[in-house]
Amino acid sequence: MTQWNRRAVMAIPALAGLNPRIAAAQSAETAAAPPHGTLAAQPQETFEAAEQAILAGRTPLATGITVDIPPLSENGNAVDVAIRIDSPSTAADHVTAIHLLSEKNPVTRIASFGLTARAGRAEIATRIRLATTQTVLVLAETSRGQVHRASREVIVILGACVDGG
Amino acid sequence: MSLITARITLPATARRGEIVPIRVIVRHDMEREVDAPGLTPVPRRILHSLRVTYAGEEVFRMALSTGITANPLVEFTTIATQTGDLVFEWHEDGGAVYRREARLVVA
Amino acid sequence: MTRRRAALRGVVQAARRVGVQAALRAGVQAALQAMVLGTLPWLGAVAQEIRPSRDFLSPALRAQQDDPSRHPGWLWVDEGEALWRRGDRSCQSCHGDIGGMAGVATRYPAVAADGALLNLAGRIERCRTQHQAEPAFGHESEPLLALTVAVALQSRGLPMAVAIDGPAAPFLAAGRSLYATRQGQLNLSCGQCHDDNAGRRLRGDVISNGLGTGYPAYRLEWNGMGSLHRRLRACSLGVRATQFGLGSPEYLALELFLASRATGLPVEAPGLRR
Repeated sequence: MTQWNRRAVMAIPALAGLNPRIAAAQSAETAAAPPHGTLAAQPQETFEAAEQAILAGRTPLATGITVDIPPLSENGNAVDVAIRIDSPSTAADHVTAIHLLSEKNPVTRIASFGLTARAGRAEIATRIRLATTQTVLVLAETSRGQVHRASREVIVILGACVDGG
Repeated sequence: MSLITARITLPATARRGEIVPIRVIVRHDMEREVDAPGLTPVPRRILHSLRVTYAGEEVFRMALSTGITANPLVEFTTIATQTGDLVFEWHEDGGAVYRREARLVVA
Repeated sequence: MTRRRAALRGVVQAARRVGVQAALRAGVQAALQAMVLGTLPWLGAVAQEIRPSRDFLSPALRAQQDDPSRHPGWLWVDEGEALWRRGDRSCQSCHGDIGGMAGVATRYPAVAADGALLNLAGRIERCRTQHQAEPAFGHESEPLLALTVAVALQSRGLPMAVAIDGPAAPFLAAGRSLYATRQGQLNLSCGQCHDDNAGRRLRGDVISNGLGTGYPAYRLEWNGMGSLHRRLRACSLGVRATQFGLGSPEYLALELFLASRATGLPVEAPGLRR
């Protein structure tokens, strides 16, 4: 993404929130299994099945989408990815959802983003874990029913799912 | 609703109609489930959802998985419409909800 | 090489590295080291080749290390600064604003009045138990990491300047000895990687001079913040040598020696490491 000039707004750290588990322990439920509606709701979903489910019969466009991700990552624990879709971002024509899929991670759906016309630009960035060298797939849905598609190959030297001490 | 350590980055002020970049990084281990022979089972504990409202209206939403890095970082944009609070809400496995706010001043 | 030439080389290299004013101090230090510690040949080589740890990062990682809005280590800084102010007998109640800690991290590890060698985390734990009447946080605990990095941050960019004479001398000797000793099934000494092969790649990583100036650091492999001793344990594991404990006298002495190697080079905490 572009370089910005900005003033950091320092959020006041919580004293109880020093360890989120302390706050979470105060809630009645304990996490035995992921709750409904989260991305792990389909734990065995394959890469191909996830793409087909999101496409829902639509033919995707290979244009109008930019994905910035390093072709080689020394450490799969933190791979930066930035996605931009060419979109007027109007009420009539804006990106509604962006999906990030992994070919070889234990969980196929890395993240999904929900946008509105108020975004101004269809532009997001985040930091992902990659277990091994693989394909990362981006699918972006628009309010006009179109889907943009881009895939990138990422070579990962040290996978995210090992711990060497 | 609990607080959580997070760094929210956005401009001090913005002109009305300007597209404002927003960046947030939040303190969370995003623990993956451990369930393998010979290892003590550990349940998944991650922030699975982020919802951002601006002056009360939702402007951004994210569903996170274990494929998102520990101490998640996310960047998005929003149009500066009025002076108001951007409210960030993270939902954690098990039901805890964390909240942080940042004020956007619009001239 | 004669001791005088080694001392002069130390002055010249130090001048290039840290600027004229600090060079006088660093150069005298290097000269003293060369004279006091003998003509170990690799020490002369060390004085000319040691570079800040940030020099060994990839450009992308270095840019992130410099960006508090993207560097996860700053989340621990935020928590540490809150801890500094917390409670009736807070750190702030004695020390005032945390900004007053500028320069402190450059002097640690240091020998306490009772003769114990303390690193910054150990000093904080002593304050906690002896002056705040609180239980120790414990090695590698989140609050201790947060406070340590918040205090260290106040010295970010300042040149390391640990005392190595007087009561520190025997600890320095022990640390230097550990650094120079071949260890483990791989039979490697610290110097064989961090002097002889600094700048070269090892398993996709670039070997640094092993200064430790970036610690406490956020390591991607840990998905979190950790202390130098945790990193040293990973080094020991890497050569299949006995791992010492967190806060052990062996690692404390080594930490003092590493800090002396870094004399004149900037504190980088919170570091960002693979």
